[in-house]
Amino acid sequence: MSETLFPFVVVAAVIMGVAALLALIRIVRGPTILDRMIASDVMFTILLLALGVVMAVEPAYRTLVIMLALSVTAFLSTIAVARYVSKQDRTPEPPVESADREEDGS
Amino acid sequence: MSDLVLDIVAGVSLVLGAVFSLAAAVALLRFPDALSRLHAGTKPQVLGLALIIAGIVAATRDLTYLLMLIPVLGFQLVTQPVASHMVGRAMYRTKNHRPDLLVVDELADDVARASRDEQ
Repeated sequence: MSETLFPFVVVAAVIMGVAALLALIRIVRGPTILDRMIASDVMFTILLLALGVVMAVEPAYRTLVIMLALSVTAFLSTIAVARYVSKQDRTPEPPVESADREEDGS
Repeated sequence: MSDLVLDIVAGVSLVLGAVFSLAAAVALLRFPDALSRLHAGTKPQVLGLALIIAGIVAATRDLTYLLMLIPVLGFQLVTQPVASHMVGRAMYRTKNHRPDLLVVDELADDVARASRDEQ
């Protein structure tokens, strides 16, 4: 790494550290599980970008492989949780629908 | 001379990409409901990554890394909208969003019509 690049990399690393900390706060505080999933998605993106910065400082093919694998598989967890939330919270709805039907019928 | 220019381009790209991730994280804390957080959270995933990739190429001066970095960006482009769509769908179905913040809710009419047709 050249002398010119060094301060930029330090600044980028500090900014990403702060961003990861803020995302972590939202993961801990998030009122619903969906808020937590969005925050963990952002956290994953920050990880991907941080790996990119590592790649710029110290080029290595193993870092590239990690970035590729992460970008391919990361969305699966979000989809799994979103499906689970949909199924879990659909059960309280039928009573509401049947109440509507009674209203229409009368 | 051109080395200096390339280094500065690389550094500025890296810092800008980091700033995008910071913007998303700040929005996660500041925005009122999960739908607006979802909107803000997807900002660094494409533009931030593209900037970081430009930074990598400018810093290493090696175009062969693009052979693997462009698929990374491409998979992000394909997979993240799917994940965001699923989260938004789950959010609407479980009524986790705040209806008072919506300007227009075009899905509400369709949901009402569909539940009427079911009977």
